[in-house]
Amino acid sequence: MQEFLQLVVSGISTGAIFASLALALVLIYNAMGLVNFAQGEMAMFATFIAYTLVNAGMSFWIAFPVTMVLAFGGGILIQRVVIRPVERAPVLTLVIITLGLATLVNGVAGFLWGYVPRSFASPFSPDSVDLGGVFISYRDLGVIAVSGLVLLAIYLLLQHTTVGLTLRAAAHHPEASRLLGVHVSWMLALGWGLASAVGAVSGMMVAPILLLEPNMMQTIIIYAFAAAVLGGIESPLGAVVGGLLVGVTVNLAGAYIPNAGDLQLAFGLGIIILVLILKPNGLFGRAATRRV
Amino acid sequence: MQRIRTAPPRYWLVLLVVIFFLGFPTVISSFLASEWAQALILAIAIMGLNILVGYSGQLSLGHGAFMAMGAYISAILAHRYKMDYLATVPIAAVVTGVVGFLFGIPSLRLSPLYLALATFALAVVTPSLIKRPADLTGGVQGILIVQPDPPQLASDVFGAVTGTAMTSDQWIYYITLACALILFWLAWNLARRRPGRAMRAIRDGEVAAAASGVNVAGFKTLAFGISAFYAGTAGSLFALSTGFISADTFPVSLSIQLLVGAVVGGLASIPGPLLGAIFAYFLPIGSNQWVPSQTWLPDQITSTVKNAGPAVSYGVILILIMMFAPNGMVGLIRSGYATLDRRLRGAPDPKTGQMPPDPQTV
Amino acid sequence: MGKTTPRLAAVAAFLLTMAACGGNTGTTTQTDVGITSDQILLGTTIALSGPAAAYGTIANAENAYFTYLNNTQGGVNGRKIKFKILDDAYNPAQTVPLTKQLVESDQVFAMFSGLGTQAQTSVREYLNGKKVPQLFVATGATTFMKDFGSNQWTIGWQPPYQGEARLYAKDVLQNHPSAKIGVLYQNDDYGQDYLKGLTDGLGDKASMIVAKESYDVTAANPYAQLTKLKAAQVDTLFLFSTPKPSIQSLAFVTAGLHWEPTIYLNSVSNPQVYMGLAAKSGAALKNVTSVSYIKDPTDPQWASDEGMKLYKQVIANCSTCNVSDGFNIYGVAVAYTMVDVLKQAGSNLTRANVMKIASSQLSETNPFLLPGVKVTTTSSDHFPIMQEQVITWSGTGWKLQGSLIDERGTIK
Repeated sequence: MQEFLQLVVSGISTGAIFASLALALVLIYNAMGLVNFAQGEMAMFATFIAYTLVNAGMSFWIAFPVTMVLAFGGGILIQRVVIRPVERAPVLTLVIITLGLATLVNGVAGFLWGYVPRSFASPFSPDSVDLGGVFISYRDLGVIAVSGLVLLAIYLLLQHTTVGLTLRAAAHHPEASRLLGVHVSWMLALGWGLASAVGAVSGMMVAPILLLEPNMMQTIIIYAFAAAVLGGIESPLGAVVGGLLVGVTVNLAGAYIPNAGDLQLAFGLGIIILVLILKPNGLFGRAATRRV
Repeated sequence: MQRIRTAPPRYWLVLLVVIFFLGFPTVISSFLASEWAQALILAIAIMGLNILVGYSGQLSLGHGAFMAMGAYISAILAHRYKMDYLATVPIAAVVTGVVGFLFGIPSLRLSPLYLALATFALAVVTPSLIKRPADLTGGVQGILIVQPDPPQLASDVFGAVTGTAMTSDQWIYYITLACALILFWLAWNLARRRPGRAMRAIRDGEVAAAASGVNVAGFKTLAFGISAFYAGTAGSLFALSTGFISADTFPVSLSIQLLVGAVVGGLASIPGPLLGAIFAYFLPIGSNQWVPSQTWLPDQITSTVKNAGPAVSYGVILILIMMFAPNGMVGLIRSGYATLDRRLRGAPDPKTGQMPPDPQTV
Repeated sequence: MGKTTPRLAAVAAFLLTMAACGGNTGTTTQTDVGITSDQILLGTTIALSGPAAAYGTIANAENAYFTYLNNTQGGVNGRKIKFKILDDAYNPAQTVPLTKQLVESDQVFAMFSGLGTQAQTSVREYLNGKKVPQLFVATGATTFMKDFGSNQWTIGWQPPYQGEARLYAKDVLQNHPSAKIGVLYQNDDYGQDYLKGLTDGLGDKASMIVAKESYDVTAANPYAQLTKLKAAQVDTLFLFSTPKPSIQSLAFVTAGLHWEPTIYLNSVSNPQVYMGLAAKSGAALKNVTSVSYIKDPTDPQWASDEGMKLYKQVIANCSTCNVSDGFNIYGVAVAYTMVDVLKQAGSNLTRANVMKIASSQLSETNPFLLPGVKVTTTSSDHFPIMQEQVITWSGTGWKLQGSLIDERGTIK
């Protein structure tokens, strides 16, 4: 039982990592109906910037918001330069561009900082609390707490501010929004900026755990994609719940399917796809109406 | 529509391309022929993906998994059961096609995004699944495939033209070319006949297609089956031309490469997959070799490109191509042709430059 | 078409002949493809991009050594070494065409230090068929030394993973005879080779292994596997994992599981930088044992060592190389052996002669390897490096324990 609880707890802490990146994916999806495969690499790049700032003598708590602002600007810049010219192209063209972007950002990071893993300062201690024989580190608790805060911030922004409302309107009804005087294109840029900033938070939270190097997010993006889709892709709450579920499922699959630790991802993804077949709108998605 | 139906297919262009591919290996080295064989193999797989994504509108991020399946079926039959390799190619194609068809059935219940995830998941776990039945697949040791010597007749003909004996790489090139020609011809027929029309109707609106009597579920799974059939053939040939397969031969990036090729070439077109394959095969190889080897460029540029590594050049070129040809190379050629046509006729510019992709203008 | 084809073919054939013969003009020594009067062309395939891009620096470090040699000594016997590096992204399917390109189009003299077990296996048959030397492949897979009989144009360099694992078996039998062993290993040739070496080394005591758990490279972390190993009452943990999962494991064992097993860490993951990272992530690093054959650039005990000074001079020739990266000293050390072979070949620079020297006439003291390690091959032994030394973690650095252990002849 203790082993089971330990697996669940470490699964939750891993899941929080997936959730934090999944939140960024959900933001871009909400803004323009696109899964951004470069999200993980952008987060990694932002974390390297934070690393450089901290190494230059800046305190973590100043570098953190500075990096968020820089990432926000970077996200907007990418949208203006790379995405905007092809905004109306088929969605698959955009997907290919995000794939190209992922390769590019990864390569540039490798060029600038090399592939030797680095340790990234964490504000949370690596020590752990003892919950009756089950352990969880403060660092993991920190990731969970920050993911929760980001979720809350996104929820408030999307649901309770004019900006959020305009953002959603621009994504879902671009023509009508344009008629109402909304700068749809700038709203999309805003979506990219926000997602990039959220991704930066994710990167800075997980870098102490995953070790900072250009390929840090390469496997995480797979899990985050699964998490976002499981949660219903448009729902921030779904992304977080999806992330935690993916983390726990994969962890339990790795331990309890006999002699198949290396197939944990295969089993984990298999279970998720089974769920999706049975529940075709995801856990938190709305039933899609069919348009004729 | 009327114009398209009456326009004759551009047979002369097709003929030129076929002659080019037939004659090409006689003037290039055996090594280059082996590279072009791989590009053609990629073209077959991308054509399969094109049928699924471009015509029937179902996304797959995991076609590399079907290629892996075709490759392993052939390799195991040839290696363990000592079958003639060429005889295993159709077996691999058909078995993979059936598996693809079966995979298509549960996929019917999945929305496009979930299908993307499911196929992506398949691609991600393929290497670890291959490693498991190690007795059968050779696990991480992989399987070596003996490349066949060219038959006497082919070698004699080739020797008469070029003056040098045919290598196995060149023989494999011609096998691949034959398969590619047949499969492209089949795809062209499929696209302009009933199944192709039905698939496009489904892609453009399932409800409307169903209302006009199209068997939506049937054609969607059929598209999956045909698509996997192509990927299986490509995988089988891939193993033959590489001479060795192992778990790491089929990484996620292979599936991504196929999708990149399909979109860059141009979806829902017949020449698109060929152009896309040439791009997707040669760009990663060339992106890091070409610039540093140019002597006319300043040293700083060449050394920076070299140090920055292939990922940077590849990413930049891919993004630029998609920005300038959002509908793929075929889309670019078509819109260029349309503009030229309008200029010559003096017709006014239409409000949008985008052309709906249509296969019948081949 | 019909008329031009033979003419073009003739031109191509003429050019090819020119290229092939070019090397033979103007020199009196016996040479081969890829050798000119002032140059030796070597080629390699390695991952410069993709998930294994971290290894790419090895080739740059090797190139740094060749550059250093070209600049300070004018190359080898008056010929400068040119090294062509191509990126195969760790994908064996790309290794094949790139190797063919190097051999058939660039006309390299030999392939040197190609990386990756599957990648190098994929071209072994081809290179042996063409009689092109496949020298000092960068993998510890035992097959590259053991199967020399059937692949006489291929040879490895670093100690085989199996040999290293046998040292651990010896050490555990000696110091922890009642250990309950748990193994975490990567589900590929690398992990499986280590596991086999350990099992073979334990011999009839193999039942000491009470649990073994594998993980895939796509895993986010090995937490599930480690939790299970702890639950299986393991008290001696073997980590046959690459640096990242190893660091994660060391940290999770302490901080996540409050567990204090004796740990054996494989040499791929033991450079001091990684130990530092593990400590920062919360690892206690008590009772950690590993082995080594190469000098660690971050280890202060080599600060005034001649070999280390030379390494630092050499690596200054590579602008992208990180001096403290353990992969770089590996690259410089293997390049040193390559140059040693070329020097010995002297004026008889043929592929066959170079292959003969590399596979059976090496007896080299390499300044970048631990004192006492000799790179040796004989006509009956094709395992170049078979000496390693047990090291234990002192809290701030590795401490060499006992003396060098020679495993020569144990793997057949």
